[in-house]
Amino acid sequence: MEANPRSTGRLPAAFLTPGSSSFTDFLAAHQPDLLPGNRQLPAQGVVEAPHGTTIVAATFPGGVVLAGDRRATMGNVIAQRDIEKVFPADEYSAVGIAGTAGLAVEMVKLFQLELEHFEKVEGAQLSLEGKANRLSTMIRSNLGMAMQGLAVVPLFAGWDVDRGKGRIFSYDVTGGRSEEYGYAATGSGSLFARGALKKLYREDLTAEQAATLVVQALYDAADDDSATGGPDLARRIYPIVTVISDEGYRRLTDADLAETVRAIHERRLQEPDGPRASLL
Amino acid sequence: MSTPFYVSPQQAMADRAEYARKGIARGRSVVVLQYNDGVIFVAENPSRALHKVSEIYDRIAFAAVGKYNEFETLRIGGVRYADLRGYTYDREDVTARGLANVYAQTLGTIFSSAGEKPYEVELIVAEVGAGPEDDQIYRLPHDGSIVDEHGSVAVGGNADQISSYLGQRHRDGMSLAEALKLAVESLARDTNGGERTLTAEQLEVAVLDRTRPQQRKFKRLLGSQLTRLLDGGEAPASGEESAGES
Repeated sequence: MEANPRSTGRLPAAFLTPGSSSFTDFLAAHQPDLLPGNRQLPAQGVVEAPHGTTIVAATFPGGVVLAGDRRATMGNVIAQRDIEKVFPADEYSAVGIAGTAGLAVEMVKLFQLELEHFEKVEGAQLSLEGKANRLSTMIRSNLGMAMQGLAVVPLFAGWDVDRGKGRIFSYDVTGGRSEEYGYAATGSGSLFARGALKKLYREDLTAEQAATLVVQALYDAADDDSATGGPDLARRIYPIVTVISDEGYRRLTDADLAETVRAIHERRLQEPDGPRASLL
Repeated sequence: MSTPFYVSPQQAMADRAEYARKGIARGRSVVVLQYNDGVIFVAENPSRALHKVSEIYDRIAFAAVGKYNEFETLRIGGVRYADLRGYTYDREDVTARGLANVYAQTLGTIFSSAGEKPYEVELIVAEVGAGPEDDQIYRLPHDGSIVDEHGSVAVGGNADQISSYLGQRHRDGMSLAEALKLAVESLARDTNGGERTLTAEQLEVAVLDRTRPQQRKFKRLLGSQLTRLLDGGEAPASGEESAGES
C-alpha cells in the first residue's frame, strides 16, 4: 500500500512534510511513477487510440458556456458515440479536451484533484489564472507523448470570482496559454466551429442564447468535419453543454438540450446551412 | 563511569502520557455529534483562519485539539493520504477507517519512540454514511489508540465533563438545530458548572451533510446562516442553502 512502505504503518515523511499545496508536487516527491509525464516512452512507433474532437466556448455577460460534441474517432472508425469530453474542474471552472481521449481523461482527473487538493490544504480556492497556469504545466509535461501523435489540447473556461466575469483560455500542445475574448474553439472541427461562432456571436447574449450558439457551432463543425459528431436525434445523444456563472458550474440536462437541439434541427430542415448573417 | 538513572518503562510511558495530556487539556474543546442528516462539528474557536475542523475527502472530515502545528501536519498528511488513495484506486475506496488506522499508527509510533516528543493532539475522524447507522466516528488520543464512538464525543480540555453532559442529553434523530444547540450548551459550561454565552463569532461549525447533492459532503456553517440556526432554531430553507454553495 502506498502509505505503508515500511512495516510501521505510519505515514511516511513525505506526507508530513509541510510546504507544497500541490498534489502533483507531492506525487513528484513521493510517487513519481504515478505522474503521467514521467512515463518511459518507446523510442519510436505510432499508437492508434481514440481521439476526441471539437470543443467550443463563448462568454456572455453573466458567465461562460463550454460545450463539446460526443464523438471519438480512431482513424476512420467512430470509436465512441457518446464520449464525454467536458468536465467540471471545480465549482467555478470547467475543462473540455480535444485529443487522445485516454490521456485527456487522466489529465482531467489529475487537474481536478490538483484544484481540490489546493482548496483543502489552503482553505481557499486558486485564482482563475492560477488554475489556468496549472493546466499549462500539465500539458507541457505531456509534450513527449504529443510528439508521438498523442496530443491533448484543452479549452479551459471559468467564472473569475475576483473580476466577476466569465473567461476562456486556450492552449497549444506545448502548454502555451492564451486568453480568448468572446469565443474560442479547439479540435479538428474547430475551424468550422470558429467560423460559425464568428458570424453568430454577440456580446449581449443570455445564457440560453449562448447555449444555442455553441450548439449551432458544433452543428456546423459536424457538417464539415467527419471527426465531429452532430446531435444524434435518433439515439438522443446531444452535445455536452455546461454553463459556469457566479452560481457555479452547471451541466444542462438532456431535457433542456433536447428542446434547443430540436429547434435548431427544425430550422435547418428549411435552411441546411444554418442562420445567415447579413452581407454588410 | 557513571551509570544512567534507571527509569522503568511504565514510568517513562506514564510521563509521556502525562506530558501529552497536559498539552491537550490546555486547549478549548471540540464536540462532534450525529444528527439525522449527518454529523456536526462544533468548536470554540475565535479564529476565522486557523481551523480546528476541516474537510479531508468526500464524506470524511477531521477535527483536532491540542498543538496547532502538530495537528495541522497530521491534517495535511491525511488530505494527501486520501487524495493519493482516491487517485490510485477510486474515490469510494477512501474510508474513515483506513485514515483512522494510518493516524493511529503514526501517533502510536511517535508516542512510543524515545527519540521523538509525543504529539500533544487528540483527533476525531468522522465519515457520513448513507443513513445514520452507517456514520462512523473515530476518536484518536495522543498515544495511538482508536476509540469507535457513537452519538456524541468531545475532545480537548474539560472533555470528560462535556462528554457526560452530551451523553445524557444526546439522542438519535436530532435535527441540525437541536444538535447545534446541545453542542453549544455543552461547550458553554465551564469547569465549575457555571454557564457562559457563546456567540456565532466564537464558534467554528461545520457539517458532513448526507443530503448535499454534491459529491463533497463537507460544509462550513458561517455568518448569517449560523446566527439564524443559533437564534431561531429552525433549519435554513434548502433553497437558501444551495444558493450559498451551489
